[in-house]
Amino acid sequence: MTSKFKHIFLLILAVFLFAPATLHASAEKGDGEKETMDVKEIIFEHLGDGYGWEVPFAHQYRIPLPVIVRAEDGSWHCFSSARLRELVVTKNEVTGKEEHHLHPVPVVLEDGGKKYTFILSKSEANKNKVVELMPLAADVQDKVVLQADSLAVAENKPLSEVNVPGYIKVDGQYYTEYKPWDFSFTKNVLALFITAILVTLMMMSVVRWYKRNNLKAPRKGSGFLELIVEFVYNGVIKSTLGKKAPKFAPYLLTAFFFILTMNLLGLIVIFPGGANLTGNIAVTLVLALLTFFMTNIKGTKHYWKEILWPDVPIWLKCPLPIMQFIEVFGIFTKPAALCVRLFANMMGGHMIVITLVLLIFIFGAFGAAAVGGVTVVSTIFSIFMLALDVLVSFIQAYVFTMLSTIFIGLAQEDGHHEEKKHHASVGADVPEAHA
Amino acid sequence: MELFTPDFGLVFWMFVAFLLLFLALRKWAWPVIIKSIDERADLIDRGVEYAQNAKEQLDGARKEAERYIAEAQKQQAEILRDAAKIKTQIIEEARNEASVEAKKVMDAAKLSIEQSRKEAELQFRNEVSKFSIEIAEKMLRKQMASDEAQTELVNKLLDEIEKN
Repeated sequence: MTSKFKHIFLLILAVFLFAPATLHASAEKGDGEKETMDVKEIIFEHLGDGYGWEVPFAHQYRIPLPVIVRAEDGSWHCFSSARLRELVVTKNEVTGKEEHHLHPVPVVLEDGGKKYTFILSKSEANKNKVVELMPLAADVQDKVVLQADSLAVAENKPLSEVNVPGYIKVDGQYYTEYKPWDFSFTKNVLALFITAILVTLMMMSVVRWYKRNNLKAPRKGSGFLELIVEFVYNGVIKSTLGKKAPKFAPYLLTAFFFILTMNLLGLIVIFPGGANLTGNIAVTLVLALLTFFMTNIKGTKHYWKEILWPDVPIWLKCPLPIMQFIEVFGIFTKPAALCVRLFANMMGGHMIVITLVLLIFIFGAFGAAAVGGVTVVSTIFSIFMLALDVLVSFIQAYVFTMLSTIFIGLAQEDGHHEEKKHHASVGADVPEAHA
Repeated sequence: MELFTPDFGLVFWMFVAFLLLFLALRKWAWPVIIKSIDERADLIDRGVEYAQNAKEQLDGARKEAERYIAEAQKQQAEILRDAAKIKTQIIEEARNEASVEAKKVMDAAKLSIEQSRKEAELQFRNEVSKFSIEIAEKMLRKQMASDEAQTELVNKLLDEIEKN
């Protein structure tokens, strides 16, 4: 066994040590313009959302997805994301190889005699989002052109490279950008639905097993899924919520499996996976909000009483509502912690792996030997990180479910001592009434 | 910062996706799975309980059987002892009876012997007396052949009577 592993290791080592030869060639361009790799942008592109989904192993091709936006005048528009970028093929003068780049281009739509122009923004606020181009009035346009001229003189740059802050230049014309309501079916949205379908299929396979085999224990995949369901249901939900478990189990189990599947799919680098879903704050925000609503809408009277009139010395709550403030604050911090915990853990994992891989390209400038060494080291580390992320995926899904269960459980307390007190006071009142 | 600002479109779609998944699973998956798990757990619990009971019963049955065997052995021993006792008793009784019977037979035999002896004695006496009379007769005839002898005897007899 060990000799087999040694062979595989040597093979991997050889592959990685030769990799820099090709990499080195592409990293350096002609002498005049040395293309510096924008590490930040690459990381953000991988971590963030996108219109269109990268075709496996072909970065220049994207699976087109519908872009759905509501323009400034309230009209809805839908077009393919493929129209937002055009593929530009250039020939590298040094190596003679073809290079592919995707450049954003404006999408012009005609609707009811009106023209709408959408483009991928380059501005800091709406980077890589679809924005609507709003034409300027003629006098404003002239003013901006004048401003651009003066900037060109001041910065000593050709006019084509000058950016006037707050305006966007397309084909020599200046526009302002308007961020439309964006309900685009983006990469992350598609990934969400793929995950949802996957979870449904997985769970239905377990259900099908029960339908077919009655009370026999499921085998293989269904058995594994059932094991996890049982682990979460009996280990977390039932032990915390007790009799109320069946009421909240559907939400908690759905959340658990949705998060787990999203986490694990995120670790697969190509098409059906690769979307950084749980590392996206929008996704975790929705999950946290759902737990927030579940906790507070279904909360018992006792729960609200504990928040608005807790059992503490009166001076802590009467003239100045100190405790109330803390408790109400707590209502919001709990789901916020859920949201940020999941988001930060998953995004952190992704970011480390991407950074480790990017290290290879960053070290590309230091020659073949450096790259070879870095390749081996960072590959080993990223494999380790990915393996760790598999564990983290499970742990984070578990932690989210467990904490949600605890929060819901805390809001489900009936306050038995309260009732007893009530009875006691009623009992005490009766003789007085007789007297 | 782009990473830390939630995108409204994604929030919307996430909500839709989660809601659809939740509704679908709540309707078709979770109740069936949880019910099946619980039912199977119950079934297994019942199975274990049944097995335990069966084992207890088996143990009980084994103990009972052992008790029965021990009792049977005791009874057997008792019976054997009784049988031995009865045997000796029967033998004793038989012996006694036999001895009584034998005694009876002996007695009867003795009696008959005695009787026969008496009869024989009587017969013998009669025979003897008959012989003696015959002998006496013969002797008398021979002695009383003369007249003087006869007169002498008569005198003698008469003397005897006179003496009395």
